[in-house]
Amino acid sequence: MTTNVLVPSGVLGLGFSELALQKALQLKPDIICIDGGSTDSGPAYLGTGTTKYSRAVCKAEWKLLMQARQSLGIPLVISSCGTSGTDSMVDWMLEITREIALELDQHPNVVSLYSEQQPSLVQQALNTQTLFGLEPQVSISETIIQECSHIVALAGREQIMEALNMGADIVLVGRATDTAALCALPIANGEHEAAAWHGAKIAECGAFCTTNPSSGVVMLSVDTQGFTIQAIADDAFCTPHSVSAHMLYENANPHQLVEPGGTLNAANATYTAIDKQTVRVEGSSWTTAQQYTVKLEGARSRGFQTTILALIRDPHYVKNVHQWVERLQAFLVDQLQARLDIAPDQYTLEFRIIGSNATFGALETKTEGASEVGVLGIVTSTTQALADDIMRFANPFVLHYPLTDDEPMPSFAFPYSPAETSRGETFEFCLNHVMVIDEPMQVFRLKQEAL
Amino acid sequence: MAQLLGELCEKIRSKNAGPYWITIDIFCGDTERYNTVVKALNDEQIAQCLQLPAAELRRFDMPELYAIKISFARPIVQGSAGDRDMHGAQYAVLIEELELV
Repeated sequence: MTTNVLVPSGVLGLGFSELALQKALQLKPDIICIDGGSTDSGPAYLGTGTTKYSRAVCKAEWKLLMQARQSLGIPLVISSCGTSGTDSMVDWMLEITREIALELDQHPNVVSLYSEQQPSLVQQALNTQTLFGLEPQVSISETIIQECSHIVALAGREQIMEALNMGADIVLVGRATDTAALCALPIANGEHEAAAWHGAKIAECGAFCTTNPSSGVVMLSVDTQGFTIQAIADDAFCTPHSVSAHMLYENANPHQLVEPGGTLNAANATYTAIDKQTVRVEGSSWTTAQQYTVKLEGARSRGFQTTILALIRDPHYVKNVHQWVERLQAFLVDQLQARLDIAPDQYTLEFRIIGSNATFGALETKTEGASEVGVLGIVTSTTQALADDIMRFANPFVLHYPLTDDEPMPSFAFPYSPAETSRGETFEFCLNHVMVIDEPMQVFRLKQEAL
Repeated sequence: MAQLLGELCEKIRSKNAGPYWITIDIFCGDTERYNTVVKALNDEQIAQCLQLPAAELRRFDMPELYAIKISFARPIVQGSAGDRDMHGAQYAVLIEELELV
């Protein structure tokens, strides 16, 4: 048989063609799957358990998908709810779902799949040697684990299928691999396992595998021999090149994909054009792992930040800006100690020169000068109050500090007031590990609610 | 004047592959340009531009896609102190500006 997976977009909140969605609904999808998150925008979203995308936009798009689901009576799955997939963000999607159900007078059976992990459990895995580091190896310790504000495990297809098996109309998944939701039903239906994973990887970003990424909608059809991927919008096309090139996207190894329960190898796959919008893929293979593992993601606080931005157009200062910043930095470090008794180990202070090498730092190759530069100061310290106070201390010097002692006091341009901006708590990713578990549901939790 | 890689190739992109890796995809566009680039572009040249030891680069030459993929562990983990490019998306420009020798 064939299992049809409708993917409306690469992520909820990014937009998709409503016309294409309606067109795809005519093609008899068996399930609608959309991603809700990624680590791609950095550690703050996992660190705080908050969303990157606008709630209003997510709600508007989710409403369209709930209507689509209802019209066909098929399941709708969102994985990695609210960017990071923390428990708080599964509940955030549940709240949005409840609101829409009320507005539309729908009564779906909603299953939430939670994937957040207690630091104590991860600590126990470290102690019992069931936690393994991935390349590149990063340091891990009891302190680092305990300092994580959130740790999530990435669910695979098995946990999502458990949720679907509860008769779910809608499944709200915490953190999961990008592919898991898309391949869960096809594999449960007995379709080709490797083709299901491979097709899921190709379709996980929606129309990114087509010639028109912003159209969003694609249809993945998996059968017992392989899969086809179809662009849906009238102005979107799939070619063997556009499809096979997507294996490279955000993937360090273009041939392999390590998933909970095994590894996909797509090196020998063949890509054949069926028509302008459809490509057929066969020939990938799946190796089942000896142990079932789930990948972990963690984020921990690294203090609080305050920034400042000064704009410099004075050609004398633009020309000598690196020297100026070096001198300013040394002066501030010295004065913070001398006048406020704030030692260098209580903060970090960094200036980046926009218009010179702010993007690449030491890797920058261009030396010719710009007519203006921005100097972005970033201070990180143990509390917001201290970071703010350090930057307030720096403020008049960022505005007025002379290049040498022998020249008049300059004044630069502050683009807004107050010049300093409290950025709040800052986070870093701190786990690059997999955890061995005895069976897939061991560290995941399900909750059912009939709306 | 030597030709820049970005002028010759169809598209060069870079992106995070998870928080710990950056991957650069060089799409040459056709066999002829692929053969030129594969021959001319050596690992040392890329390593030098990224200021990394060549041994730390993972390179995949993919003739069927006329593409070369270079992956490396992020020198600074995504979003950690000192990271300048959250998505790793601007690294592609450094590669585009390499001169083919």
